Amino acid sequence: MKENYDVIVVGAGPAGSMAARFAAEKGVSVLMLEKDRDVGYPVRCGEAVSKTSLEKFITPDERWINARTNKLSFIAPNDKEVTIEFKETAYILERRIFDYELAKTAVAKGAEVLTRAYVNGLLFADGKVSGVKYEHRGEQKNASAKIVIAADGVESRVGRWAGLKTCVDFREMESCYQVTATGLELNDETCYFYFGRETAPEGYLWVFPKGNNSANIGIGISGLSGKKKSAQKYLDEFLAKKYPGVSALTAIAGGVPCSITLEKLTAPGIMLAGDAARQVNPLSGGGIASGMTGGSIAGRIAAEAIKKNDLTYISSYENEWREKVGKRHEIYDRIKNGIYGFKDEKFNSLAESFLKVPFEKRSLNQLFKAALINNPGLLLDIAKVFIGR
Amino acid sequence: MHKDKENWKLLIEINQDKCDFCGCCVGVCPEDAIELKEAQIGIIESECTNCSKCVWSCPVEAIKFNKDELKKQTVVMDI
Ligand SMILES: Cc1cc2nc3c(=O)[nH]c(=O)nc-3n(C[C@H](O)[C@H](O)[C@H](O)COP(=O)(O)OP(=O)(O)OC[C@H]3O[C@@H](n4cnc5c(N)ncnc54)[C@H](O)[C@@H]3O)c2cc1C
Ligand code: SF4
Ligand code: SF4
Repeated sequence: MKENYDVIVVGAGPAGSMAARFAAEKGVSVLMLEKDRDVGYPVRCGEAVSKTSLEKFITPDERWINARTNKLSFIAPNDKEVTIEFKETAYILERRIFDYELAKTAVAKGAEVLTRAYVNGLLFADGKVSGVKYEHRGEQKNASAKIVIAADGVESRVGRWAGLKTCVDFREMESCYQVTATGLELNDETCYFYFGRETAPEGYLWVFPKGNNSANIGIGISGLSGKKKSAQKYLDEFLAKKYPGVSALTAIAGGVPCSITLEKLTAPGIMLAGDAARQVNPLSGGGIASGMTGGSIAGRIAAEAIKKNDLTYISSYENEWREKVGKRHEIYDRIKNGIYGFKDEKFNSLAESFLKVPFEKRSLNQLFKAALINNPGLLLDIAKVFIGR
Repeated sequence: MHKDKENWKLLIEINQDKCDFCGCCVGVCPEDAIELKEAQIGIIESECTNCSKCVWSCPVEAIKFNKDELKKQTVVMDI
């Protein structure tokens, strides 16, 4: 392990691995530090990702694809279920293997990886971030870099040390709990989403099939709702009612920042990517694909800045992200806030009216159109995303 | 946030046995007052303001606001 790198990436999740790969690909030296013992474990994720977004970054491999789904089922508080055919496939991944393989693609381009390396401080020189302090197996070390990319996930602190405001408003943090359960009878082509005040206030509950009678069953509720009852309690109640006696092979907690992206993604010598930059799709809570996108842009721009010998160039990352993804997330965020305000009756009447549409004619766009008839305030925003194009 | 250093007391407690080390609380903490390693977590007392945002966000109720301690304190201050 050297002490000097062009780029140091903190965190080996999807965003970190893509940042490392896209930087290394351009010929700069890269070190990726991960605090956990294993890349990709523990898995704090429902593991659903759209096929098209994923394939921009990696060739699908049966070893990390558990199921292919093409239907979405929305279940209203009164148990009315609306199923729609999804135009494309959503994979349910085995992230334990997937994250590992992503990190390998970075190593294949020349990046170095070190696990059990907990970054606990930044180095500064000449008014910019110049590296990281980290603890590796009980030993405190330093490593310097021209650019640090913080891809340290929802618990990101690295950006804060450089003065970036990465704190998530607790009302926008989805507090999550998930089990991977087995012994279930499921349709392996459908992802299920449950809505309602009693089931998942200001969030939703999901059942994503993983094949072989298994599924990820999880819930996300806003931090505000968590004040009354925890995510774990909500999920336990759902399981007791819907799948009594089911065996959970894994149970995990987690947090998903469901907000618009941070305004500032860079400071001198440092860039943020993935959950750390709050690049999650705030409507769905999906952050695998968007994190990979953010990481890939950050990694490429970091390498370009180094090659140009102009480190101020990293600020162009903010614009590129906003143009490619960020703007869309701003609209999704407004839709999310509209849906958060829905009362149970609204979800119910929405389902009822939608059930009248013949199955072949149902689409996500149609569903949102129905939603806006119920809530004219959302009209403008939704129209922009779903109908305008 | 202003802290009256003399009377201030940490009222936030993390139960290491309940904690899943997921980082949700770290993400919402406005003061950067939580330190989380692979499977070790702790409150940085000098930074914490007892705001309780971490308590509400924890998915598994591993963080508690110590009400009993608050009551004791109030009594002392009343005298
Ligand atoms: C319950 C749950 C369900 C979800 N379901 C989905 C889903 O179905 N589909 C989807 O697309 N997204 C989902 N998400 C979101 C998705 O998991 C994240 O958005 C995604 O993992 C973000 O990738 P990342 O690389 O930014 O961060 P992470 O994958 O969190 O990686 C960050 C890494 O940084 C490391 N790290 C943190 N601090 C340090 C430090 N100081 N030093 C060194 N290393 C550090 C961490 O150990 C971690 O490995 C879900 C999230 C949760 C919690
Ligand atoms: S949110 Fe709860 S479970 Fe997660 S790290 Fe904090 S205390 Fe632990
Ligand atoms: S009480 Fe507030 S300041 Fe203290 S650790 Fe929790 S969130 Fe941070």
